Amino acid sequence: MTAGGRRLAGVGVGRGAVVGPVALVRAPAEVPDDAPAVRDGAPAAADDVEQVVVDAFAAVAADLRARADRASGPLAEVLGATVLIASDPSLLAGARAELGAGAPPVAAVRAAVGRFIDMFTSMGGLMAERVTDLVSVRDRVVARVAGAPLPGVPDLTVPSVVVARDLAPADTAALDLGKVLAIVTELGGPTGHTAIIAGQLGLPCLVQVAGATALEDGTSVVVDARAGELRVDPSDDDVAEVADRARREAAFADDTAPGATSDGHPVDLLANIGTAADAERAAAADDARTVAGSGLFRTEVLFLDATTAPSVAQQTREYTAALAAFGDRKVVVRTLDAGADKPLAFATLPDEENPALGVRGYRIDRVHPQLLADQLEALAAAAAATGTRPWVMAPMVATPAEARALATAARAAGLEQVGVMVEVPAAALRAREILAEVDFVSIGTNDLAQYTMATDRLRGELADLLDPWQPAVLDLVAATARAGTEAGKPVGVCGESAGDPVMALVLVGLGVTSLSMSLGSVPAVRFTLRRHTRSRCVEIAEAALAASSAVDARAAAVTLLDAEAAALLA
Amino acid sequence: MHQRTVTVGSASGLHARPAALLAAAAAGLAPATVLIARPGSEGVDASSVLMLMTLGVGHGETVELSSDDEGALDTVAELVAADLDAR
Repeated sequence: MTAGGRRLAGVGVGRGAVVGPVALVRAPAEVPDDAPAVRDGAPAAADDVEQVVVDAFAAVAADLRARADRASGPLAEVLGATVLIASDPSLLAGARAELGAGAPPVAAVRAAVGRFIDMFTSMGGLMAERVTDLVSVRDRVVARVAGAPLPGVPDLTVPSVVVARDLAPADTAALDLGKVLAIVTELGGPTGHTAIIAGQLGLPCLVQVAGATALEDGTSVVVDARAGELRVDPSDDDVAEVADRARREAAFADDTAPGATSDGHPVDLLANIGTAADAERAAAADDARTVAGSGLFRTEVLFLDATTAPSVAQQTREYTAALAAFGDRKVVVRTLDAGADKPLAFATLPDEENPALGVRGYRIDRVHPQLLADQLEALAAAAAATGTRPWVMAPMVATPAEARALATAARAAGLEQVGVMVEVPAAALRAREILAEVDFVSIGTNDLAQYTMATDRLRGELADLLDPWQPAVLDLVAATARAGTEAGKPVGVCGESAGDPVMALVLVGLGVTSLSMSLGSVPAVRFTLRRHTRSRCVEIAEAALAASSAVDARAAAVTLLDAEAAALLA
Repeated sequence: MHQRTVTVGSASGLHARPAALLAAAAAGLAPATVLIARPGSEGVDASSVLMLMTLGVGHGETVELSSDDEGALDTVAELVAADLDAR
């Protein structure tokens, strides 16, 4: 029996727990400017130095190309751009010129790449964003020239817990996902890129873990996403508990039937997706993660790396692939949600002092009407090409007039099922009037909590206010669900809270008809739902609404859980 | 030395994806090299994505292409004139 070591606190994504060795994503090695060029582990002869530099650029390009070939979608394109930089003739020409002028090899590489880094930085904007790629290429070439360890993602030989300061999309693409047990980062937020990828892959993930990269490679750790905790050198008891949890979670896997309460009240369990590749992964799941479709297809992922809006043809291709993956299952496509924490190069106003309250989501239609028109046209074309009937909804709608304008535009484009997101308290309070204009609504609990509680989603120290269990937030969800029940129209939830099994019971009790979540959250929600009747869900919801704080609301719900579900979720 | 004057057809100009597609295609024409320049300025190697991006040429602007290899010149001219954002 070991005592068990330090605990590092973080923000958990998902519910899982694993134990495994740390694999650090390395920061670039410190190589002095005058370090010798190395050939086969020994300093290179003077007349071989230039060839070492040439070979280093070629090896970096080949390595990145191999990674690009293994990736797909936007990530493959990002990596492809890095390959082009590594094989750019002007970098090599620049490095040769520096060598000719007497510079040592490492300094020559840095100067050649540095020229472009300085130029792109001073040009600002989109050009400055390419600087990350230049720095990544520079550090890799320098490491190759000097024979230092390569920065970046390690080649995993055993299943490991990947620990990084932050993971860039390129790093994520380079991971051998079959050997990743969990992802831990010092930076990033619970709704950031890393967390979303981890959620889609069903990997336990911790973000905001201060000091994580100070751990040694190979250190045994427990990653507990539910507790939001990293345990270093875990005790035998810790390891046994993780195994025990895995066994209990395996119990979920036996149930693959459509989501419903124990008395047969159906609830669509759906997956949140961002790309056609996500759609294929979610649609192909034939285990407990089996879903009835997608309740949130976040189209902005398509736009994130673009410097101009993707053409109608490009969008049609991506939407067609996603719709085809789900066949006749439901897919709810959300139109572009740019602005605030998701700035896009071509659709975000540069001088907003308060972007979360500014021109974001559907409001972009006021300044760039072509964006929405193109999206609706592409989606209608994809629907025709696949013979499917996608649902479409717009984010950040605040008034019935906005809902009516959206519905008019979408129906004119040939789309039949039109809805809006309820994220702004004004929309929740006027849900009845909004539902008179559209066919359905979907509640985005993350933003609804942000706007109800006047709390920035990116401020970690205010997380208690942002809690979707806050009674005021629950009141607005209840008001929206009630309006849907009265109108006989679907009310979905597609925020993270739909993936919390206890919250899922509350939502169903309030009258929510579908829950859309990350694919990995589906089994626990399905299992929990199946162990409670519809009327029990109503009781649980009433108990939560009667509480006076977020903590009390959740506790009140938990005390009414079925005993077996409580044991699994506690 | 053959020369052409071409109008940039890509909606986003010679940035990002169009620049990458053009540079990759130009690199595939080696050993032939094609220079690309703003009118009256010194040319840069069209197979360098970094130099292409530094040129900062936008949609509808004209560039001057030159090369000793007329076939390579035609290939690059066609790509510069095309809307590479749509590919």
